[in-house]
Amino acid sequence: MLLGTIVYAFVNSMILALMAIGFNLTFGISGVANFAYGALYIFSAYATWMGLNLVGMPYPVAAAVSILLTMLAGALMYRFILLRVRGQALSEVIATFGIGLAILEIFRYLGFVGFEYNLPVFIDDSIVLAGVFIDVQRLLIVIIGSVVILGLWWFTHHTRLGLAFRGIAQDERTALTLGIDSDRIALLSVSLGAGLAALAATVIIPLGSIAPSEGYDVLIKSLAVCIIGGLGSTGGTIVASFVIGFAERFTDTYISSHWTMIVSLAAILVVLTLKPSGLFGKQKELEERI
Amino acid sequence: MQKRRERVDRGIKVRSGDVFALCSWREMLYLAGPRVLPVVAILMLPLVLGIYWQKVLLSVAVFALLAISWDLLAQTGMISLGQALFFGMGAYVTGILNHYWGLPPLLTIPVAAVFGGLICTALLLPVLRLRGIYFSMVTLILPLMLVRLVEATRIFGGTEGLTGMTSLPSRWLEIYLIVGAMLAALFGFRRLLGTDYGLVLKGIRDNDRSVINAGINIYWYKTQALWIASTIGAFAGAFMTHVYMFVGMPVFALDYSILPIAAAVVGGPGSLAGATLGAFILVPLSEVLRGVGGLRIVLYGVFLVVFIVALPEGIFHFIQRKYHQFERWVEVDT
Repeated sequence: MLLGTIVYAFVNSMILALMAIGFNLTFGISGVANFAYGALYIFSAYATWMGLNLVGMPYPVAAAVSILLTMLAGALMYRFILLRVRGQALSEVIATFGIGLAILEIFRYLGFVGFEYNLPVFIDDSIVLAGVFIDVQRLLIVIIGSVVILGLWWFTHHTRLGLAFRGIAQDERTALTLGIDSDRIALLSVSLGAGLAALAATVIIPLGSIAPSEGYDVLIKSLAVCIIGGLGSTGGTIVASFVIGFAERFTDTYISSHWTMIVSLAAILVVLTLKPSGLFGKQKELEERI
Repeated sequence: MQKRRERVDRGIKVRSGDVFALCSWREMLYLAGPRVLPVVAILMLPLVLGIYWQKVLLSVAVFALLAISWDLLAQTGMISLGQALFFGMGAYVTGILNHYWGLPPLLTIPVAAVFGGLICTALLLPVLRLRGIYFSMVTLILPLMLVRLVEATRIFGGTEGLTGMTSLPSRWLEIYLIVGAMLAALFGFRRLLGTDYGLVLKGIRDNDRSVINAGINIYWYKTQALWIASTIGAFAGAFMTHVYMFVGMPVFALDYSILPIAAAVVGGPGSLAGATLGAFILVPLSEVLRGVGGLRIVLYGVFLVVFIVALPEGIFHFIQRKYHQFERWVEVDT
């Protein structure tokens, strides 16, 4: 019982980390809080579904196409809308929120609701791990999540583009003097964030079904994780997703499944009261709090 | 030959900006017209409208109040994405007072406005020390989580909500109460923003550190602004509860968060009048579009994006500029 809870809590934490990391990446680099994040997540899930069921592509191709489409959507959104309001946090929030709302509600309006809208699991099997039944999809989430996190770490520390990303994140003006085009990097960061949302959707959605309301849930969960971990801090995001992931699963098992959402709410309020910049939000502390 | 467009204040604006306005009917009308005419028109509206459109006017006023409350917060540098929190809190407080203790609506509405406002302020207090988008994030999260809380704990009627609220004594009292409240809030808070107090609030938005530098406790001012705004929202919620005679989870719905923002953005943030104008455009529009159902929220989203990008000043400021200034083409020396 306890062991099972721990295993599932671990999986849950990886799910949260995978969901939140794209949002966190975009915000950490370009300062754009992408409130259309949940909508892009759902967008890619529907894109995969359509590729699979309407066009009849093989599953891996459909997934890859949908990830690319979502990255393109993110890039277009930045190029044609966000670029015009860049630097005005207020307008950015309202514009991305409006976009997200429009995307999610149009899917709802078109009637994309129901259990038939789901994605198949990659490998339909389950194994016994230390006496706990666990399906392969959940294992894959853990593996892909770890790969993504490590890959991102390597990318931002050992490639030119990744270093340019970090340069913009640390000090935009100094980075500009070194010849890094901040608009191009911001475009790439929004696009990459959208791509990570799509990747997360591709891996996680097979566990449930696709629904527009899921988009709001994903946005809220990512926000909760990012606020607790400290916006823009990758380490903080991972720690925070483990904190929330374990807390959620344990309340689910030992108290009641109704209380899971309240745990994250309480966690946000407590963390903000005790440590306003989040657990690891050191980097931009002066800019965020007054 | 290059030309550019130049904007010049109208003569009458310059003249009426001074004490001489008192000497001429024309200038007095120029000043009073834009203020008195809409007020008279709004007060006359319930008399000419049928019952159905009276209800629409009622929800216009409710959303205008929420939009005013949003705008007031935005003026202090706090972008709320969850007006439904204020609305729902007011609704639940009045619902509880009326359902469990049977207090009359004319007592519960003001009490709910004040206490609902206090509860919202207390909930958001931890976020006030952070600037930027934290406030938006937490306000977005709170109403959605409170819905889950009600659902999970089954308090206050749970998913079914509380029914059988007392309604207000008469239909006329109902409509004039909310319209009067809207006008009072509009003109009262416009005036407030013009005073030194309002200047401090706007200063916090523009440059919080220099306001601190002036020896002003910005947290205290932000708390006050938050309490004022959430009281307006809670009042609207409390009022609506007694109109629908029901309070339940729908009071935290996304509609109450989005429409006020859309109204303020479409009408033009910063003047409160713009927010009201936006509500007067969007709510009847969504009523006309009732047939398309869910597409309404899509439209709000599109409105938000289009106006933020293409006309960030909003309709109100656009009209205001046309009223006060004329434009002409002048040659540019090259």
